[in-house]
Amino acid sequence: MKRRDFIRTSLLATAGTMMIPQFLKAHEAGISADPNGKILVVIQLSGGNDGLNTVIPYRNDIYYRERPVLAIEKEKILTLNDEIALNPALESLRRLYDDGRVRILNNVGYPNPDRSHFRSMDIWQTASNADQYLNTGWLGRYLDSTCAGCEIKPHHMLEIDDTLSLAMKGSKANGLAMLDPQKLYRQTKNGMAGNLAKTIHHSEDDHDQVSYLYKTLADTESSADYLYQKGQVKGSYSDYPDTELGKSLKTITELIVSGVDTQVYYVSLSGFDTHVGQRNQQDKLLKQYADAVSVFVDDLKKQGQLDRTMIMTFSEFGRRVKQNGSNGTDHGTANNVFLIGGPPRGSLVYNEAPNLVDLDGGDLRYTLDFRDLYSSLLKDWLNADDVAVLGKSFSGLQGLV
Amino acid sequence: MKDLKISNDVLHLYRRAGFGGLPDRDISIKKALSQLFHDSENFTPIETVSKESEPPLMSEGMMSPDPDAVKKEKMKKNREEIRELNLAWMSKMAKAETILRERMSLFWHGHFACRVQDSAFVQSYLNTIRKNALGNFGEMLMAVSKEPAMLQFLNNQQNRKNKPNENFAREVMELFTLGRGNYTEKDVKEGARAFTGWGFNTKGEFEFREKVHDSDTKNFLGKTGNFQGEDIIKILLEQKQTARFITAKIYRNFVSEIPDEKRIADLSEDFYKSGYNISQLMHNIFTAKWFYDDASKNMLIKSPVELVIGIQRTLNADFINKDPVLYIQKVLGQILFYPPNVAGWPGGRNWIDSSSLLFRMQLPNLMAGVTTQKIQAKESGDVNDQTVKKKGENSKIDVDWDQWAKRFETIDNQKLPDFLCGTLLAVKPAPTVMAVITGKETAVADRTQYIRKLTLAIMGLPEYQIS
Repeated sequence: MKRRDFIRTSLLATAGTMMIPQFLKAHEAGISADPNGKILVVIQLSGGNDGLNTVIPYRNDIYYRERPVLAIEKEKILTLNDEIALNPALESLRRLYDDGRVRILNNVGYPNPDRSHFRSMDIWQTASNADQYLNTGWLGRYLDSTCAGCEIKPHHMLEIDDTLSLAMKGSKANGLAMLDPQKLYRQTKNGMAGNLAKTIHHSEDDHDQVSYLYKTLADTESSADYLYQKGQVKGSYSDYPDTELGKSLKTITELIVSGVDTQVYYVSLSGFDTHVGQRNQQDKLLKQYADAVSVFVDDLKKQGQLDRTMIMTFSEFGRRVKQNGSNGTDHGTANNVFLIGGPPRGSLVYNEAPNLVDLDGGDLRYTLDFRDLYSSLLKDWLNADDVAVLGKSFSGLQGLV
Repeated sequence: MKDLKISNDVLHLYRRAGFGGLPDRDISIKKALSQLFHDSENFTPIETVSKESEPPLMSEGMMSPDPDAVKKEKMKKNREEIRELNLAWMSKMAKAETILRERMSLFWHGHFACRVQDSAFVQSYLNTIRKNALGNFGEMLMAVSKEPAMLQFLNNQQNRKNKPNENFAREVMELFTLGRGNYTEKDVKEGARAFTGWGFNTKGEFEFREKVHDSDTKNFLGKTGNFQGEDIIKILLEQKQTARFITAKIYRNFVSEIPDEKRIADLSEDFYKSGYNISQLMHNIFTAKWFYDDASKNMLIKSPVELVIGIQRTLNADFINKDPVLYIQKVLGQILFYPPNVAGWPGGRNWIDSSSLLFRMQLPNLMAGVTTQKIQAKESGDVNDQTVKKKGENSKIDVDWDQWAKRFETIDNQKLPDFLCGTLLAVKPAPTVMAVITGKETAVADRTQYIRKLTLAIMGLPEYQIS
């Protein structure tokens, strides 16, 4: 390159950075421009949470017989009705239950359950059949479906993490993974990323990979800017527990209160794979979960945001009914799901407690398909086309959402 | 240095077939090709997994060990050994002469995707793939189908007469040979019956267990006979659709994501006629005029492994500390021997989202030791899966920057940005992008440092994600 050309290119570059491409401006027309739009927060308990020691069928002798060491002592449980009780580590959740904001679903699963962590998690995240492999997640496809022809921005769905889960990947759009807006902002400003995002590489050719990459970069940068600017509303927030989940939920509260147009949040809590010495480990995690969630819910209520926020908690599978030889439990099948928040409607145990007599090789049989739950959340909460997102029609769960 | 400028065609070939390694000087395509194939003729197995050692004999009075603890210890050892295999193979991809063999093996690993916990099984499976990667597809299919890893992963060990398990038979057709829509559910059932009895023994060797084999007549893809597993594979190979399916997949992975029916038909016709000669198929692709003419239109997104190995191959460097290799694979979503499912990694744009793109763009600086990483890999949830360090500390590779700079010693400073882009990128960056790379510096104090900086900047571009 000749010196003269080089100078000209540099000048062009400067000019280029001043022209902001159309697709950078689009986030004003996002999916939930409505500040009162519904919000879904998904909390994933990774590792396979032992549902039977979370929501305890305390009237069932089989539970005590099969778990001589692991069963929670009757005098310690937190009774919800004449059938089931909560693990005492869930004291704060019990308070939310009494406050009328908790719905508990039992025996949620799918046909031909897979007991491998990664496979079962993929099934839950993609909403596939057990023998079907999908490359997109159910929330990613929801994002795809939110607006035909309009611009979908990554921050319309946020995962509070460094990397993005399959659940948040669509075919046209992806959610955005970030620990907090500041860190994301720094990431996009550091090095060349920020400057490159401003260069124009927009092509109408769908197959143009470079254009696709630059668009992803520009979208990321514009989402990072947006979250950083808009998410900086200072408010008086409650004190959150100093745990990873506590911090993540606080970040979510701040974003919700600041009115960003994010409709779905996703966060994971790991460590539930309790093959050995389960009681300590699980109790610690359940307490961490319940303490963080209860502050989150109270804070949202205080800020007037709870009525439009629904929190769904799931795990990739439950565990064996019978305890193993190491005071732990092995991988199982159907599990409970919590729905917390939304308008006050009274708490509810949605369906019957697990049947511990009619087992499938030592594991619970599912009675609710998780995709019926998704279908209700999509249709009744997010106002979405559930059939388009799930690929087929599920009847949903009546009177749940 | 003469012939410093490597032709675009050779660079294109090396990006697709050789992880972006660079020849020392410009050569003809013909020469480059014969070199690539020649260098990959050799096959040396990767053997990092120790032979199963017998548990020590219990002397009298000793406490017998806790079976759970023994099992746990064994699983830990397996994971460690699979990690070693991963690193050993990555090293081969980065350093060995057998570039094309390793590149093809990576493709076949995604094609015959398999994920098991036994390290000896993984090692055997890996070497079967590497051994046959450029050989005969039919032989590879047969060998991989008989690998304990595959039989276990697809549950054929449980496939017995009167109690068939159809998993293996279904995937052999859906993913390995014909593709969906080219067989019936009846074929799956009949095929599964033929595979009854295929399993492995305690030594990890393939074993045909005649007692559990269903020896009655089967009807499979229009043929009738007392078929065994071998017959099913033979019948599958007789189908032209198998050649077509494999060719189309190779085309998608090495040429373009947009299928060209005519080219695929021609290639697959020849592939079928050759009796499934993989080398010949690849040779046909790499000598086709369209492979080079359409290069700029047919952009492929590098997989994470291609990206990491590409940086290493280009700079002729290896990781000083091997731990971060798995960390990088994990953050970017491609851990060798841990494909997401039997369908392999979806690839293409599936590799890219906001966070993976940002990480990919920072990767060269991370590998050069310029920046440290603060990204955490996700936890899998599996309590046993602690092999991946959460953070990629010391992700440094041992680049000899003086050596690298020497390659460009005759190039004017002003021409360096363009020249390096031409060498490293499949796509010429826009002028605005060039301006970001060159920055505001006008004087070059230390040439090696300058070249290093430019190189890392170029490798951090979105354009560098393209092969």
